[in-house]
Amino acid sequence: MSQASLKKSKIESTYGSKMRLESNNEFVIRFANVNGTGSASANNMFSKAVFRMGVPVSPKNIFPSNIQGLPTWFEVRVSERGYLGSRGDVDFVVAINGQTLKKDYDTLVPGGYFFYDSTKSLPRNLDRDDVIDIGIPLTQMCIDNYSNPRQRQLFKNIIYVGSLAYLLSMEFEVLTNMVKEQFAKKEKLIAPNIKALELGYNYAKEHFEDVCGLSVTRRDNVGDAIMIDGNSATGLGAVYGGATVCGWYPITPSTSVVEAFEKYARKYRIDKETGKNKFAILQSEDELSAIGMAIGGNWMGARAFTATSGPGLSLMSEFLGLAYFAEIPLVLIDVQRSGPSTGMPTRTQQSDVISAAYASHGDTKQVCFYPCDPADCFEMTAKAFDIAERLQTPVIIMSDLDLGMNDGMSRPFVWDDSVEYDRGKVLNADDLDNLTERWGRYKDIDGDGIGYRTYPGTHPTKGAYFTRGSSHDDYAAYTEDSEVYEANMERLVLKWETAKEIAPHPQIKYRDKKSKVAAIFYGTSAQASYEALDGLAENGINVNTCRIKSFPFHPDIRKFIEEHETIYVIEQNRDGQMRTLLINEFNIGTRRLKSILNIDGMPMRARRIKRKIELMISGEHVSPYTTANSSAVGVNS
Amino acid sequence: MSYLKSTFRHPESPKNALGYTEAVYEGALSTLCAGCGHDSVSSTIINACFELSLEPHRIAKMSGIGCSSKTPAYFLKGSHGFNSVHGRMPSVATGANLANQDLTYIGISGDGDTASIGMGQFMHLVRRNLNMVYICMNNGVYGLTKGQDSATADVGSASKKGLPNMYKPMDLCELAISLGSGYVARSFSGDKDQLVPLIKGAIKHNGFAFIDVVSPCVTFNNTGTSTKGYEWVRDHKEATGTVDLVPKEQAIIVSEPNQILETIELHDGSILNLRRQPNSLDIQSRESVLKSLEDSKQRQQVLTGLLYLNTEQESTHQIINTADKPLSSMTKEELCPGSEILEAINESLR
Repeated sequence: MSQASLKKSKIESTYGSKMRLESNNEFVIRFANVNGTGSASANNMFSKAVFRMGVPVSPKNIFPSNIQGLPTWFEVRVSERGYLGSRGDVDFVVAINGQTLKKDYDTLVPGGYFFYDSTKSLPRNLDRDDVIDIGIPLTQMCIDNYSNPRQRQLFKNIIYVGSLAYLLSMEFEVLTNMVKEQFAKKEKLIAPNIKALELGYNYAKEHFEDVCGLSVTRRDNVGDAIMIDGNSATGLGAVYGGATVCGWYPITPSTSVVEAFEKYARKYRIDKETGKNKFAILQSEDELSAIGMAIGGNWMGARAFTATSGPGLSLMSEFLGLAYFAEIPLVLIDVQRSGPSTGMPTRTQQSDVISAAYASHGDTKQVCFYPCDPADCFEMTAKAFDIAERLQTPVIIMSDLDLGMNDGMSRPFVWDDSVEYDRGKVLNADDLDNLTERWGRYKDIDGDGIGYRTYPGTHPTKGAYFTRGSSHDDYAAYTEDSEVYEANMERLVLKWETAKEIAPHPQIKYRDKKSKVAAIFYGTSAQASYEALDGLAENGINVNTCRIKSFPFHPDIRKFIEEHETIYVIEQNRDGQMRTLLINEFNIGTRRLKSILNIDGMPMRARRIKRKIELMISGEHVSPYTTANSSAVGVNS
Repeated sequence: MSYLKSTFRHPESPKNALGYTEAVYEGALSTLCAGCGHDSVSSTIINACFELSLEPHRIAKMSGIGCSSKTPAYFLKGSHGFNSVHGRMPSVATGANLANQDLTYIGISGDGDTASIGMGQFMHLVRRNLNMVYICMNNGVYGLTKGQDSATADVGSASKKGLPNMYKPMDLCELAISLGSGYVARSFSGDKDQLVPLIKGAIKHNGFAFIDVVSPCVTFNNTGTSTKGYEWVRDHKEATGTVDLVPKEQAIIVSEPNQILETIELHDGSILNLRRQPNSLDIQSRESVLKSLEDSKQRQQVLTGLLYLNTEQESTHQIINTADKPLSSMTKEELCPGSEILEAINESLR
C-alpha cells in the first residue's frame, strides 16, 4: 500500500503547528511493552475490537526469548482493504516500555503519533517536530485508582486501550462487551476492567480532543472471517484429520501446536461411556524420540504426528530418512524460526526450506506443504494425513512463527462430512485371503510407485513383513544386490512423480497475460507480496504471481517460470532457498529467477518488497535483502 | 553357517494349544556367526512364544541397529518386525504400542544400542513403563563394526583386540531397577532352562519387563581375558533362584511343590512360581536386589535369574487413560468431530 491514503494535515496543539497523519481504517499501530506484564491480552483485546467493528486487522506479537522483563512489541495492522501482511513503518506508537522509548520514537513516520505514559516527562532527546505526542499519566492513574501492585500493572494496559478507543474514535461498547464475554465466569472482574477502560477513555477525551487523525469506523469488510493463530488451527486440523498418536518435545514456536491438539482432543475426543481418551500424547525426551513415536504409530496403522522447529528438524533428519526409505507415512509440523543453530528462537523465518525438502542422508526428498494463513494450516494439516498415507511417506507442514503464533484473520474452517479419510493402499485380512499372486510390500502393482502395506496384527498367516531402513527388495527382504537396490530407488522417483499430482497445486494468477514480469512466493511471504504487487499495479507494473503450495513442484510452476523473463522469488531467508530448490529441481536458468529476501526475523513487509522491485526494475544494482540500503528506499523501521 | 535352512520337521512334533508346532515360531536363516549367543536367545524366544501359545501375528518385533537387532528376522516369521535406527527402538516401539496396545511387543537391542547411543531412549522407556519385553543381548562389544568395547564391558576385560577396557561398566539391570522397571532379570544365552521362563514371565508382566542376557560374541569377545565370554560367564554365574510361569489357561502342575517359596499372580491371572536357592534375595525389594548385585560383583560373580518384580505399577496406557479399543482401528466416525462442531468453533472465533 502506498502512503497516498494517509493524508497529512496541520493541527494546532500546545506543541505548535504540526503535520499529522490522517486515515480512516488504514494504519499501523505498534505497542511497546515489557514482557510478562499482561500487555499481550490487552493488545489482543484492542485488535479484536477492530475486527469486531468489521475492519480487517492483523496483529503481530514481536516477543523476546524470555519470560519476564525484556522488551516486547505488538504491531496491529488495520486495513479495511484487507491487507493482512506486515506493511512496514509505524503510524502510531503506544510506548509503555521505558527501555525502548527512543527507539520506538524514532520508528514513527512523519506525522505519526507517540502515545506515552506522562507520569514521568519525556526525555529531552525525544524532540522530533514531525511527531505528535500524546501523554497520558497511566502510572499515576493506576496509583490513584488501584491499591494492589499487580492490579496497577494489569489495569495500566486496560487504561491505554480505553484511551485508544477515544483517540481512534472506536465504538466503546465493543470493548465493554468483550470484557463481559471474557470474564463471564469471573464476574467480579468485569466492573474494574470497564472502569479502567473508562478512565483511559475519559482522560483522553478531556485532554486530547481532535488530536488524532487516525480512526476506526465500522465496516462490513470481514464477512464470516475468524481470528485464530496458525498453531491452534494446525492442532485442530490434526484432530479433524484423525490423528491419534502424538509424540513431541517442547520447542518455540511449535509448542502450541500440540497444546492446541491436546485442548481440542480433550474436548472432542473423550469416549463418552468410559471417559477414556481416543488419543495418546506423550511428551518425549527429545525430538529423536518424538518423531520415533510418530513413525511407530503410523507403522502400526494409527495417524500419528509430531511438531517441531528448526533445531528439532535437524535432530529428526535420521528418522525422516528411515520413514522415506521404509515408506512409512508421517505428518511433521515444522514451525520455522530464525536460524541457524539456536538463532533467534522467537523471530520468524522461512529458512528450513532446503533442509526439510532434502532431509536426511542419502538420496531423500520429502513432501512439504506451505500454508499461508490459519485456514490453510487447518486444511493442509488434515489433508496431510491422507496424502502421507496415500504416498506412504512423510509430509512436512512448513509453517512459521509469524503464522503459527500470531492471531490471523482468516476465512473460516470448512469440513465436508461426506469425505472419508483416504487411508491409502492397505490390505486387510480379506484382501490378503483373496490375493491371487504373491504379495510384496514394496512391489509396484499399479505403476504409481506405491506398494500395498499391511498393519501388524492383521492376518494369522499372511501379510507379515520386516520393516527396515536397510536396502530391501520388493518383498521387504534385505538385499545388497545392486540391481534390486537401484530398481527400488528408481521406484521411489516414480512415487515422487505421483506426489506432484496429489500434493496441493500452486495458485497462479495473471494480472496481465502479456507481462513478462512475475513473482513466486509461498507461505507467509504471500500476503505482503500480494499487497506489494497491488501497489506496483497501481503504477502500471503488472506482475503475475505463483504461490507455491507444495514440494514436489507441480509442472505448472515450470511452465509459469518459462513464460516470464524476470521472476522475483520472494522469501524470508538469507540464501534464497526456494529459488535454489526451483533451480535444482527444474534445472532452469538462474538469471531469470531473482531473489527478494527478508532476513531480519520480522514478518516480511509489503512496502519494502515494492520498493525493492521498483529499484530492480529501474536497473539499479541492489542487494536482494529488503533490509539493506534502507536509507536508499526511504523506510525507517 | 549353512546356506540352506532345513524345512524338514518331525511329523509328530508337539503342538501347542493353537495347534501350532514350534516351526511356526521360527524365522529366516540366521546370518550371524556360528556359535553366536544371539542365536540361542532367538531360539529361547521361539520356545517361550510357542509354549505360551501366542498368535505370531499378534506380536510385534522391534529392534534398533547392530548384530542383536538383526535377530528379529530369525524368529517369529509370522510377526511384523521393525528394524529401526540405532538406539531408537524404544521410541518406535512406544509409538506402535500407543497405536495398538493389544499386541505383544518384544524389543531386541544390544549393549551398544541400549547403553550408548540409545541410553536416553532406554531410560525414558523404563520411566513410562511401556508394556513390552525388552531384551538386551549383551556381549560387551561392538560386533558389526568389528570389536570396539561397549559401555557394558568390565574394567580390565580384554576383547580380541587385546587392550583391557579402562572405563567403568554400566549395569543395565541396576539402572532399570532404579528407574522403576517392575520386571528385571539377567540371564545367559547358554542357559535356556533359566531364560525361557524368564521370557514367558516378561511377556505376561503388565508393564516394562527388562532382561539383560549375557550373550557372548564368539568372533570378537570370547577370549579368556573377556568377562563376557562363554567360559568366564559359565564359571562365574550364580542364580537367584528359578522361576516357572504358569499361564492362566494352563492347569498348574508343579513337580516339586515343596520347593516353591512364593507364588505371584500376574496381571492376566498367570502364576509365577519362585523357587529360591539358599542364597536367594527378596525380589520384591529394590534395596535387597541392588545390594545383592553389588555383592556378587565384589565376588566377581554374575548374578542371574529374576532380580526384581513389582506387579502393582500402572503401564503407559493406564497412566494416560487411553481408550481400550486400539487407536489404530478407530474410524473417522470415532475421531472426527464433524462440520457442525467446526461451525461452532468458527463462531467462537469471531
